[in-house]
Amino acid sequence: MQALYAQLLVGLINGSFYALLSLGLAVIFGMLNIINFAHGALYMMGAFVAYFLLNLGGINYWWALLLAPIIVGIFGMILERTMLQWLTGLDHLYGLLLTFGIALIVQGVFQNYFGSSGLPYAIPDQLKGGMNLGFMFLPIYRGWVVIFSLVVCIATWFLIEKTRLGAYLRAATENPTLVRAFGVNVPRMITLTYGLGVGLAALAGVLSAPINQVRPLMGADLIIVVFAVVVIGGMGSIMGSIITGFALGVIEGLTKYFYPEASNTVVFVLMVLVLLVKPTGLTGRAA
Amino acid sequence: MPDTAIAGAPAKAATGGNILQIRNLEAWYGESHILHGINFDVNAGEVVTLLGRNGAGKTTTLKSIMGIIGKRTGSVKFNNQEIIRATSDKIARMGIAFCPEERGIFASLDVRENLLLPPVVREGGLPLEQIFDLFPNLKERLNSQGTKLSGGEQQMLAIARILRTGASFLMLDEPTEGLAPVIIQQIGHTIARLKKEGFTILLVEQNFRFASTVADRYYVVEHGKIIDGFANADLAANMDKLHTYLGV
Repeated sequence: MQALYAQLLVGLINGSFYALLSLGLAVIFGMLNIINFAHGALYMMGAFVAYFLLNLGGINYWWALLLAPIIVGIFGMILERTMLQWLTGLDHLYGLLLTFGIALIVQGVFQNYFGSSGLPYAIPDQLKGGMNLGFMFLPIYRGWVVIFSLVVCIATWFLIEKTRLGAYLRAATENPTLVRAFGVNVPRMITLTYGLGVGLAALAGVLSAPINQVRPLMGADLIIVVFAVVVIGGMGSIMGSIITGFALGVIEGLTKYFYPEASNTVVFVLMVLVLLVKPTGLTGRAA
Repeated sequence: MPDTAIAGAPAKAATGGNILQIRNLEAWYGESHILHGINFDVNAGEVVTLLGRNGAGKTTTLKSIMGIIGKRTGSVKFNNQEIIRATSDKIARMGIAFCPEERGIFASLDVRENLLLPPVVREGGLPLEQIFDLFPNLKERLNSQGTKLSGGEQQMLAIARILRTGASFLMLDEPTEGLAPVIIQQIGHTIARLKKEGFTILLVEQNFRFASTVADRYYVVEHGKIIDGFANADLAANMDKLHTYLGV
């Protein structure tokens, strides 16, 4: 029974990363119409920025949680201004190829300097240790990751679905020309949206650093699963990508307990089933 | 033609001065050349209607003024300021508002969000109470999804949302298209009321019977040019010509 709960927790943690990353992908796809293959590399950069901040600047985890998403977000906005914006109106394939190329370059540069092995990043003192919940032992840091990710996901959902700024975003996703003709600077909004999506990826990177170590390919391994999550959930929906992210993490964790051999493939099997039955994804809108 | 506009005139010039001046406007959709040198003027406080057959270039003229058409040349002066090179968000902020033919109600926004979406660009927009006074149906449906409204309600919402922004120059593209006669009448009353409030309106219409109830002047568009223009008072005298132009 202990092992089941442990796998459930691992599933929730992975689900947190899936949710944060697929949420960013959904937001970016909605506004820019770009399938952001650089997402994994930007997640990795978030973890590395946290590592640099700590080891070069003595800046601790809590500040990294704030600063790394901003720094990587700015890097993302520069990418958008200098490269991605020129793809407006072109086929999805161009955005996919460009961001895939960016991911390879970024990962290559980091691999060149840091190899493939992991760099350690310590759990902050305040979150060390664990709690005995009676039915299982809960490492505090892992509980923190799940709860904090959930809060960030819900805050992002609230921002997009319930605020005036979110109304601009949703409207511009539908008809950017008209929103611009109302006097909204849509190109600037697109840049900021890309920054937001990238910032969420970087935040996930910082959260994962103490659990998974800091490695140049940490994002490359994760992003394939995240894309499967996005396909299952459907690209269009914010809440859909959050729920699908957490749910698939849990399903993966449970599979590890009941049938470990299938744990690496269960997400992809589900993806195939969803594509066969409902090609737009569980919550996606038809294009 | 002499330039009669007063430099720096306020958007709501009560003087009836020239508010929009278009000279030799040409526009392209990709490779196809749509406007071949449009010339006309709109004075403050007027309702001016562009008439013409389908594909004559009426909508393209509005979109070119709004800055939505990518390639355009010539001169468009609004309050004596050249806007032919400006982007559409800048043009909107100068006080021009556009209600597109397809209405452009956002499906992912509810009625309230649709109504409040266009940012206020200057003072002098209608307060919400006055908008609900004009369109009582909208008040009852504030929480409905935008595209769940009937065609008439969507048209009202599309007009209502540009009244709060403070823009005093409104461009309405076929506001009566596909609507029931009673709704058309309501839209006619609304336009008359907006004119009384001091709005300047540039209207595109196929339905000149409707236009004749609200317009001060007409221009006829054909093959991307203005081929004729006359005042509402001369409508009867121009009826024969108009039938030929419009093929009705």
